[in-house]
Amino acid sequence: MELSRKTALVLALALTTVPATASAGKTLDGVRQRGQVVCGVNTSAPGFSSTDSQGRWRGIDVDLCRAVAAAVLNDANKVRFVPLNSQQRFAALQAGEIDILSRNTTWSLTRDASLGIVFTGTINYFDGQGFMVPKKLKVDSAKKLGGATVCVQAGTTSEKNVTEYFSKLGLKYKSVVFDTAEAIQAAFFSGRCQAYTTDMSDLAGARTHASNPQDYVVLPEVISKEPLGPAVRRGDDEWFQIVRWSFYATVEAEELGLTQANADKLRAESKDPAVQRLLGTGEDTGKLLGLDKDWTYRIIKQVGNYGESFEANMGPKTPVGLPRGVNNLWSHGGLMYAPPIR
Amino acid sequence: MVQLALAAALVLAAAFLWTNLRENLASRQIRSGFGFLREPAGFAIGEGPVPYTPSDSYLWALAAGVANTLRASAVGIVLATIVGTLVGVGRLSRNVLVRGASTAYVETLRNVPLLLQLLAWYLVLTELLPEGTDPVRLAPHVFLSKDGLQLPVPVWARGWALALAALPIGLLGAWALFRWARSRRERTGHTPQVLWPALLVALGAPVLAWLAGGAPRELDVPEVTTFNVSGGVGMTPEFLSLVLGLSAFTAAYIAEIVRSGILAVPRGQIEAAAAIGLSHRRALRLVVLPQALRVIVPPLTSQYLNLIKNSSLAVAIGYPDLVSITNTAINQNGQALESILLIMSVYLTINLLTALAMGWYNRRVALVER
Repeated sequence: MELSRKTALVLALALTTVPATASAGKTLDGVRQRGQVVCGVNTSAPGFSSTDSQGRWRGIDVDLCRAVAAAVLNDANKVRFVPLNSQQRFAALQAGEIDILSRNTTWSLTRDASLGIVFTGTINYFDGQGFMVPKKLKVDSAKKLGGATVCVQAGTTSEKNVTEYFSKLGLKYKSVVFDTAEAIQAAFFSGRCQAYTTDMSDLAGARTHASNPQDYVVLPEVISKEPLGPAVRRGDDEWFQIVRWSFYATVEAEELGLTQANADKLRAESKDPAVQRLLGTGEDTGKLLGLDKDWTYRIIKQVGNYGESFEANMGPKTPVGLPRGVNNLWSHGGLMYAPPIR
Repeated sequence: MVQLALAAALVLAAAFLWTNLRENLASRQIRSGFGFLREPAGFAIGEGPVPYTPSDSYLWALAAGVANTLRASAVGIVLATIVGTLVGVGRLSRNVLVRGASTAYVETLRNVPLLLQLLAWYLVLTELLPEGTDPVRLAPHVFLSKDGLQLPVPVWARGWALALAALPIGLLGAWALFRWARSRRERTGHTPQVLWPALLVALGAPVLAWLAGGAPRELDVPEVTTFNVSGGVGMTPEFLSLVLGLSAFTAAYIAEIVRSGILAVPRGQIEAAAAIGLSHRRALRLVVLPQALRVIVPPLTSQYLNLIKNSSLAVAIGYPDLVSITNTAINQNGQALESILLIMSVYLTINLLTALAMGWYNRRVALVER
């Protein structure tokens, strides 16, 4: 099944009879013509992208796509979400099946330079890889996992990181590799593996799926840097810019204290030029991107700022329950920093 | 003429697609070519007969995948053939219980998708078996747990290498004995009993070699550790579920093939064999089987091929077969096209070789028509 889908994608790539240069730079036209942004997301990663009880997509990766739709199509709901597993994601983007890959994907040199895709440089979650173990094993450090069986997802940076980590420590381990997060979690919670390794944020999300989350602990070691962010196809700078700046707009909005709730009020009242720029009443920031003057206002009004998205989807009050940590604004000691939108 | 034009058109179309593909890959700045095969793979593989470490090349990782696919397929084919034959014969049994059970087996397993069966086997093995820290002891040093089945294994030594080398010599000796007995029967009509001597030669040669090599007796014994069972030789739950799932599923089809083969031999043939004084066993071997096999072997071959191809579902239950490893490789280096071409050619090669071997066997067992 897996194979046939990927084969189809590759064949689609192979059989695209229009030379690539003709379609490069045209993603925006395609999106406008279609009236829809097609966005590749995770099949199930609570906090990043997963469906709620009403079948609506939720998460910070989902909100990023909604922000782009609000900017480009005036409506944050004009997004079609394509759930992809980790092995399908790059092929889907290469073959043009999706416009944006927003699927908690680690930005790395190899991926940036050899896959025909380019990360927009906007990291919407600074993550790192960790381990989760059953509490009853009484293991308090990853360094004590020598000899353990470790569950890991196929086609992830995690697979390589864990290999490097254990070989650095000179420890042996056994790996069991599954192709979907669901399969790994089932195997891990049944006790097939003594440890589950993936990004810390993913572990927190997976833990919510356990019948009794209290029985599992996440170990303190963070063994890698996992900057997660969206990617687009190479060669379309216009689209690249739109995705990049749509995300920065949500960060800038948080920094300026603009929220879904106060956007209309401040749009009418604020005298601050920076606020006016973001709410569409100051200078026009949209025309250089091929958008209108209100693009950032619509993002804030329809999707909210980055902090709002974080709190609603993965913050301490949600089942995922992650602290803001390094993903706080730079002015609050975190790493979130938007270049000036002007 | 028309055929020539058609062939030319096909070649042209293929050439067009190829250049188009290369242009597209280049313009999208997607790396292409098979150079990646020599680079270190960098990921771990859970199990397999091929010694592999993450610093080995992608090519070696794929070889480990091929070995895992072959291992699961070979065991699956043997098991499926045995179970399939038993069930197929069972469907013709006069015993109502045996017949009913066989029919139920075939109808159930044939009509449930294989992927679901694999997941079910895996679920059963990983949910029901005890944790690795508290395994079931089937025999001294034989453990069954969520870590799979662990057995003691002899530590590799000179004696074992010599024994392995002597095995073909022993088998060759046994074969020569059978040949001699046969030619003697054809010349004199007298049949010498060579079964026991042949067995002695076949087994005696490796045993003698083992003794000559110093009779190594050291065993690698599995032990219960902090987390699981380690040491010895193991079969993981992934491997067990894959082999059980594949062989149980394919056995249902093989049962039907065996049944049709047996039913295809007219009753008169057996009666005629009895009339010329052949014993029941020889009638079965010389009259029924050759005619039944003529019907059985060709469809059996395609079941074997199906089983090999179906083993690619292993990725769903975490067994590192060729497809699973290639998937990982694709994601590490992004070269999907080359990797998928490789998978396809490997499966094609394995299946063509299997078909060739079965074709050779078919020609040997087929009824010689005059």
